[in-house]
Amino acid sequence: MLNILSEMFSYTFLVRAVIVGLLVSLCSSLLGVSLVLKRYSMIGDGLSHVGFGALAVATAMNAAPLTISIPVVVIAAFLLLRISESSKIKGDAAIAIISTSSLALGVVVISQTTGMNTDVCNYMFGSILVMSKGDVKLSIVLAAAVLALFILFYNKIFAVTFDESFSRATGVKTSAYNMLLALLTAITIVLGMRMMGALLISSLVIFPALTSMRVCKRFFSVTVCSATVSVVCFFVGVVLSYIYETPTGASVVVVNIAAFLLFWLFGASRTLFRAKSANAVTEDEQ
Amino acid sequence: MAFITCRDAAFAYEGKTAVSGLNFEVNQGDYLCIVGENGSGKSTLVKGLLRLMRPQSGEVLTGDGLDSREIGYLPQQTAAQKDFPASAFEVVLSGRLASRGLLPFYSREDRKIALQNIERLGISDLKSRCYRELSGGQQQRVLLARALCATQKLLLLDEPVAGLDPLVTQEMYRIINELCREEGLTVVMVSHDIQSAVKYASHILHLQNAQVFFGKTADYLLSDAGRTFTGGKANA
Repeated sequence: MLNILSEMFSYTFLVRAVIVGLLVSLCSSLLGVSLVLKRYSMIGDGLSHVGFGALAVATAMNAAPLTISIPVVVIAAFLLLRISESSKIKGDAAIAIISTSSLALGVVVISQTTGMNTDVCNYMFGSILVMSKGDVKLSIVLAAAVLALFILFYNKIFAVTFDESFSRATGVKTSAYNMLLALLTAITIVLGMRMMGALLISSLVIFPALTSMRVCKRFFSVTVCSATVSVVCFFVGVVLSYIYETPTGASVVVVNIAAFLLFWLFGASRTLFRAKSANAVTEDEQ
Repeated sequence: MAFITCRDAAFAYEGKTAVSGLNFEVNQGDYLCIVGENGSGKSTLVKGLLRLMRPQSGEVLTGDGLDSREIGYLPQQTAAQKDFPASAFEVVLSGRLASRGLLPFYSREDRKIALQNIERLGISDLKSRCYRELSGGQQQRVLLARALCATQKLLLLDEPVAGLDPLVTQEMYRIINELCREEGLTVVMVSHDIQSAVKYASHILHLQNAQVFFGKTADYLLSDAGRTFTGGKANA
């Protein structure tokens, strides 16, 4: 096991990928708790598709991928949030339209420039080879920002997630916190997208939160558990993908599925056990 | 000066006037029930009282030492909340949010106040239970404790007994009544349940997209609006 790890980390590109990946999984899992509970999971998915379109356009223009796609995805995040909040347009349909449009646009742009080749496949399903030194620096800075903001605003994020009307009544600017959440999500998704793939990145947002909710009963423990699960799953996924030569993004998602099933089984059996022992007590009393 | 004074106030929802002609005041120690049919503008008025909505015309004033941030609000539950992984204590503590301002973390004082309110509502044994595993009545008590954390003066309750069974409903009314009569809190409650409204409230505000009646409960029972709405109970 140690041999494999030391062999893995003798490759610089793998070290970079693991650093970026761990930071992205940490940020996405923290944001994911709030997104999932606010029923915003689809926004994460929509954003990654917008990111794909932006990346394709950036490549066609020979521009740096992150400098184009971060602002585009941030704007899309605000737009999607507005749509979800307004009652007039059905939010889920609007998100589906925006995400498929940018996917289509991206594919058209790519086919006109480089042609449909491995690039498209890499964008869709991710590649571990693409992380540059600059990406590592950027992701460290952004992850630090996400972490700091999340810790500082933890109590406000909890209140806004649990009950927006109450928080607004007590004078919290809930729309500002929703914006903050959208902004941080957008940045995290763009960072992780090229490694995990546009089609798979939203799993990093959704899975850890859902997994920890099977077992944990307090918001605080859900958050901590979700971060731990996400980081562990990412690391195990990368190692497995190295050993079995499977695509990284997909391997990480498969490990996340396994963790989800495990936690779900544990949670379900615990509930069942409790119900049984509660029944036993009432029978004893009778 | 009353806690809340409405003068010729009207509120609009998406451009349409939802409720108008509001002239009433809420004084310290009052128990005001806002009644009316569905869509009569009750929820819009609640948003206006919380300052989440500006009046279309007229004015809503708070006074007598009440800041609009000091209203303890009990909103209607949303679907997302019923399945929320948080302990009852975490929920109650979030009622102290307004006291924090821009400070990031709760103080020891905030925790103490949260614990006091948990005890006040007799839910100490539920403190570390998960909110989603509580019954409807228990959840309402937790939310009421949270509202109490936000106020010393005025509670604004939006249909606090919606979806509760009859026994738990009576229990909830008893608690609210005690908070008003024994602890001197002012209560403003939106209610569908007219029988209980006239039983407990000191004042009634009847809305039908405009103010139909405002005054003491005894006068309401003798008024035309009151007689129709209570099904002639006053005559019986």
